[in-house]
Amino acid sequence: MTATRFADIPALFARMTGDEKHEWAAASTLDVLWVLYDLVLDVSPSRLDDPDRDRFLLSKGHGPMAYYAVLAAKGFLEPSTLDDWTAFDSPLGQHPDRVLVPGAEIGSGSLGHGLPIGVGMAMGLRLQGRDARVFVLVGDAELDEGSNHEAIAIAGRFGLDNLVVVVVDNESGTTGWPGGVATRFEVEGWSSSTVDGRDQEGLFDSLTREHAGRPHVVVARIRGAR
Amino acid sequence: MREVFVSTVQDAMRTDPRIAVVLAEISRDVFAPHERVINVGIREQALVGVGSGLALSGLRPVVHTYAPFLVERPFEQIKLDFGHQDVGGLLVSIGASYDAPVWGRTHQAPGDVALFDTLPGWTVVVPGHPDEVGPLVSDALSRDDRIYIRLSLRSNTRTVPVTPAATRIRSGRRGVIVSVGTTLDTVLAATADLDVTVLYATTVRPFDAAGLRAAVSGVDHADVLLVEPYLEGTSAHEVTVALSDVPHRLRSLGVRRDAELRAYGTADDHDAAHELDVVGIAAAAHRLFDHPVV
Repeated sequence: MTATRFADIPALFARMTGDEKHEWAAASTLDVLWVLYDLVLDVSPSRLDDPDRDRFLLSKGHGPMAYYAVLAAKGFLEPSTLDDWTAFDSPLGQHPDRVLVPGAEIGSGSLGHGLPIGVGMAMGLRLQGRDARVFVLVGDAELDEGSNHEAIAIAGRFGLDNLVVVVVDNESGTTGWPGGVATRFEVEGWSSSTVDGRDQEGLFDSLTREHAGRPHVVVARIRGAR
Repeated sequence: MREVFVSTVQDAMRTDPRIAVVLAEISRDVFAPHERVINVGIREQALVGVGSGLALSGLRPVVHTYAPFLVERPFEQIKLDFGHQDVGGLLVSIGASYDAPVWGRTHQAPGDVALFDTLPGWTVVVPGHPDEVGPLVSDALSRDDRIYIRLSLRSNTRTVPVTPAATRIRSGRRGVIVSVGTTLDTVLAATADLDVTVLYATTVRPFDAAGLRAAVSGVDHADVLLVEPYLEGTSAHEVTVALSDVPHRLRSLGVRRDAELRAYGTADDHDAAHELDVVGIAAAAHRLFDHPVV
């Protein structure tokens, strides 16, 4: 059975966590992932290798339950796959592996890899004349990794308007980003939106905002569990 | 070698729209401007990540910079962005172990091939002459897998037709020398008076175990001298596996592991310091082959 409603997420989450009340709601990435897969991304389980599909790169690979739940809800994963996640022969680990997980565009876990890969992917799609877009989800603490700042500068300089980065900002970085996360992108020529990371309408508006000629960052701010 | 590499890539790009080059300033003026030649600036972590993304989008990336900046600085990107993502790409370095010693340790990468040995699935290619670079690069461009090509500013005086297997340069009875890449001239000069078989390898991973076994089966003693232009003993484990059922002796020559050589001068000076010059290789060869175990 393929679930298609946001209301189905708690049950899918519970197959991994055994907790039907809280953990799904606390997942900081859940609303972003849902809006992306439900309304924004031009992808489907029948087009895993379609060169014109949109790409979603989960760079923040830790705590992937929300990702797996959304992939299951959208038919990329058989929901029963969730039941024995992290077992030896399960395709689902505490960090996703693109070779094992249908629909996962990259394997992630080590921080600071997804954004440079996403920049290359956006460049490659543009060079091939494809309209496909690349969305990369990173965490605010993950931005500490210098590789991200290399990638932010490159994307800005090359005007990659087929690239959208979502920074899930729950202020988890120890040393923080004075002036806000968005300013680090803006100074490199990106357009930016800062929204409530639980506001699905606001996320949709931000993720689909026009940003001709330059890459776009959506800073999705999260303040604890709702 | 660099000029041949660049011209080979540029020729191939005219007919193969899959090929895209990623640079980090190094060699930027050697490549002609092209929309698929991308200079990301001095950003080596992103250099490798961008190469991976290009590959995942369906292109054949050629990722190129100076050896320590290509292999050592972004090593985790090589491990994860290519290997773990299970995507192909062509990494091409210049600078080798100490092509320009006046720049010091920061520009030396004798450990690069040993580092690739910690990662599964990489082909490693070490040309010894500019004429060998064209066919090696052309072959690598036409493939889809992960390949590291180690270019050098140095060269042998002679060229050998390149094959994936090791090439037998000379046949003898007293043992086998495996000479890799730019070591061939020196090896031949150092062993001209020795009745030994000399194998020459440009593709070192996968290692030509069958070729070595065949060569060893044709000599009186299974004595092997391995001469590599990078870290001493880098391929020793490959020789050990190739000859696992043959009682043998192995002596490995290469860049010394036991100390950082804090000296400038010329590449020839460094060959001498590492005993990779004619005198050093001759001495090692005589010690090994003049004293067979009987």
